[in-house]
Amino acid sequence: MDFLRPATWEDALAMKAARPDATPIQGGTDVMVEINLDKGRPTALLDLNPVAELSRWSWTAGPAPMLRVGAGVTYTRLIAELGGWLPGLAQASRTVGSPQIRNRGTLVGNLGAASPAGDGHPPLLASGALVEAESVRGTRLIPIGEFYMGVKRNALEGDELIRAVHVPPAAGPQCFAKVGTRNAMVIAVCSFAVALDLRARRAGTGIGSAAPTPRRAHAAEEFLAGELDWDGAGPVDPALARRFGELVAEAAAPIDDVRGRADYRRHALAVMARRALGWAWAEREV
Amino acid sequence: MRVNVHVNGEPMVADDVWEGESLLYVLRERLGLPGAKNACEQGECGSCTVYLDGITVCACLVAAGQAEGREVVTVEGLSEGRARRRGGAHDRNPRPDPDADGVAGPRLDRLDEVQRCFVEAGAVQCGFCTPGLVVQAHSLIASASRVPEDAEIREALAGNLCRCTGYEKILDAVRLAAARVHARAAAEDARTVPGGADD
Repeated sequence: MDFLRPATWEDALAMKAARPDATPIQGGTDVMVEINLDKGRPTALLDLNPVAELSRWSWTAGPAPMLRVGAGVTYTRLIAELGGWLPGLAQASRTVGSPQIRNRGTLVGNLGAASPAGDGHPPLLASGALVEAESVRGTRLIPIGEFYMGVKRNALEGDELIRAVHVPPAAGPQCFAKVGTRNAMVIAVCSFAVALDLRARRAGTGIGSAAPTPRRAHAAEEFLAGELDWDGAGPVDPALARRFGELVAEAAAPIDDVRGRADYRRHALAVMARRALGWAWAEREV
Repeated sequence: MRVNVHVNGEPMVADDVWEGESLLYVLRERLGLPGAKNACEQGECGSCTVYLDGITVCACLVAAGQAEGREVVTVEGLSEGRARRRGGAHDRNPRPDPDADGVAGPRLDRLDEVQRCFVEAGAVQCGFCTPGLVVQAHSLIASASRVPEDAEIREALAGNLCRCTGYEKILDAVRLAAARVHARAAAEDARTVPGGADD
């Protein structure tokens, strides 16, 4: 195994171009588990910790600025520094592992691993994030919905690295919900995120751990855009919330595995989606 | 490969490190610091919790090469009787010294407040989880501006598993340590604020 230590982002891109087989490592909370438990042995590790610029976040230019979250921003920092603009993502980040894991693990590491159970994915889908991928050939912005290709597979080319993820600031209440066996250190049995855009009168959704990839519930989003009484006061109509939950469950394609059965996941998704909508809507009234 | 890392304030060198090796393995097997414990190797149990550049992490999930040039503090580094250089010509890395009373490890009066409170509260049974819990509790207390609520203590320690105690004595120990540390800080503030050097 080789251990590659780029000092700058340009070095990192050059090394990845020369060694497309190298596995990038940031917090190590996924990569080191694989190595420690001998589930897979990379031919090379590309340590991105020394590339200091990756641990920064900033705003993008243009008429609709987004938060550009660098690949080295940990969950702990995301919660503390970006939670006001990205409440759904911060809520999901608080459910990741334990404090020690959140101190090391990064949102972009979640994208690199592309596990269908990653907690960062549903809120990124619900918000319409963009993945900034770069190689020595250039930069491209991949819409989050086109990024996940299969179980632990993403749209990156062999010479590409993720430099940052661009996330629109919340345009209304957001909510993340997750089912697991305890409150900490849990890989999601299934998870769900909703983001309401009160100006555009739209809702974004994201489903986790209930299909080969994280995915949106398109029909449920269209249903809310058309049927939700966006000007209404008081709680969401219960029948509407229930129908929303059913549409979310229908968008999933879960399997039976060690963490849960497919029919349980569908049921839990319907319940979580119904409740998450209610919680988000209630926040709007405050 | 060679890894240079500051551990408990001392520059240390580990040679012949395998590129896929963890910081935990380097600490325990190459630098003679067995305080951080090796259990799950997947970040689940918190037994290997150490400070890396002032932030608590699971040492089993840090690749050894990622610790190059960085500051690590282990449970050995929390007490005053921590690792000291023995000074042998070929002993490049310090080892914990036996103490004045001839017992290996630090004496009770040299312990950090968190360690002392674990002893006083009877929060140690088999002791395997203790070093990780002590480091994580130390971090919680050091970073909080007041005595943390129970819910905050539970959240801070959610990644540290103990299979003996049922956690109640551990919570007692952390509450006690937090109360003492903050009482001491408050007393110091009271002394320094009026007529302080900035006035």
